[in-house]
Amino acid sequence: MGRKTPLHDLHVAQGARMVDFGGWDMPVNYGSQIEEHHHVRRDAGMFDVSHMCVVDLRGAATRAFLLRLVANDVGKLRIAGKALYSCMLNATGGVIDDLIVYFLTESHFRIVVNAGTRDHDLAWMRRCAADWGLDVEILERDDLAMIAVQGPRARTAVAALLAPEDRERALLLEPFFGIECGAWFVARTGYTGEDGFEVVIPAVEVESVWRALSAAGVASCGLGARDTLRLEAGMNLYGNDMDETRHPLESGLAWTVAFEPLERDFVGRAALEAIRQSGGSPMKLVGLLLEDRGVLRSHQKVVVPGVGEGEVTSGTFSPTLERSIAFARVPRATGETVQVDIRGKLLAARVVKLPFVRHGRALISL
Amino acid sequence: MSQVLADLRYAKSHEWARSLPDGRIEVGITDHAQHALGDLVFVDVPPVGTALAIGGACAVVESVKAASDVYSPVAGTVVEVNASLSGSPELINEDCYGKGWLYRVQPASSSGLDALLDASAYSAVLAAEGG
Repeated sequence: MGRKTPLHDLHVAQGARMVDFGGWDMPVNYGSQIEEHHHVRRDAGMFDVSHMCVVDLRGAATRAFLLRLVANDVGKLRIAGKALYSCMLNATGGVIDDLIVYFLTESHFRIVVNAGTRDHDLAWMRRCAADWGLDVEILERDDLAMIAVQGPRARTAVAALLAPEDRERALLLEPFFGIECGAWFVARTGYTGEDGFEVVIPAVEVESVWRALSAAGVASCGLGARDTLRLEAGMNLYGNDMDETRHPLESGLAWTVAFEPLERDFVGRAALEAIRQSGGSPMKLVGLLLEDRGVLRSHQKVVVPGVGEGEVTSGTFSPTLERSIAFARVPRATGETVQVDIRGKLLAARVVKLPFVRHGRALISL
Repeated sequence: MSQVLADLRYAKSHEWARSLPDGRIEVGITDHAQHALGDLVFVDVPPVGTALAIGGACAVVESVKAASDVYSPVAGTVVEVNASLSGSPELINEDCYGKGWLYRVQPASSSGLDALLDASAYSAVLAAEGG
């Protein structure tokens, strides 16, 4: 048996099919995964993401610590509540994890890391702080739970549960900002390509919040729909699309690496600069749309005639497009068409610009 | 609890077989299988004329989650495939023992179904699997 979130028994009572995810017992769906996907695109759905790890960093040296720890520039975080997506790299530029940093006060930053990497991440952060002689308190918040409420109606559904004085502040949040509302933390972030909130709540309260959102018509959604939504939205999954052996420049994450200012010496910088100086990464991550019938899956071989080979890193059937879509790591010279080896047959796929879907609408031509 | 029909025969690998009045055999996947796979989005069935051996991988059913092989519960030659599945694979989720059939075979021998499980034996297999 895996670890359980505070909502575990409620998921089971709601008829969820439970699976292991990164050592956690998590709901993959509550019936039809495709219906859950459409609920998020068209109305509102919620995901238990309490398996993800909230870490509070405190102390005067926290900003200095994060400026070295992550590849994006925490110096960009000047307004309280602002969030930043970034990778934490090793010395060779490999991705230890991807995470979100929230700037709360100069002596308090909050980060959210993946479930499967939490122990490794915490050990890495503690070792870095010790090596750099920076006095930063690194506190794992096991007392907190987290619900992602996503979809066009998500923000109003969450706001209705807030105290009147917090409601307006929450609804005025710009994308990628968060605020503390009493013991809650409400952020306008997500992993679906829809508007919505991610809400961090004391674990003891989370079941009543889930029930209240259910009563407001927010659909319970599992990790299955979460995966198809994030793929349509062009968002990477750690362990599939990048890991410690892959750097951001070959993982579609160059936009999350801040080489400016030049004097900021983050872990992995030298390795990434060497790649850039040698003419750039020989591989790149692209979006694929399958032209033939079938379903793209991770680890399928991609054949680029006259150029070389690559591999599908994440693939699925897109409920919005009703076609199969994927991310694939392919040679840099790859053009507009590739072939994918599906059970010994080479099927045609088109290279497309990500994302596939945003705010309920297809962004690619079929 | 998964539905198991009394008049069908079953394989442990969760396929069903039905004897049709004309001697042919219709094949599909069970309610347990479709439920475990979740929403089906793609089905690849063997073309008409394919010779199938018992237990051979002969078709692929793919849900949003995963691809799964279908193993032929009978030996014979494929004489008809369910063309509706190409545009509507969800028929397997909606009606796995009816409109969601996969293919029909002309069996290689008349005793083709005797080696398969009857409904009560298959139900026991499901109970042992916890589902």
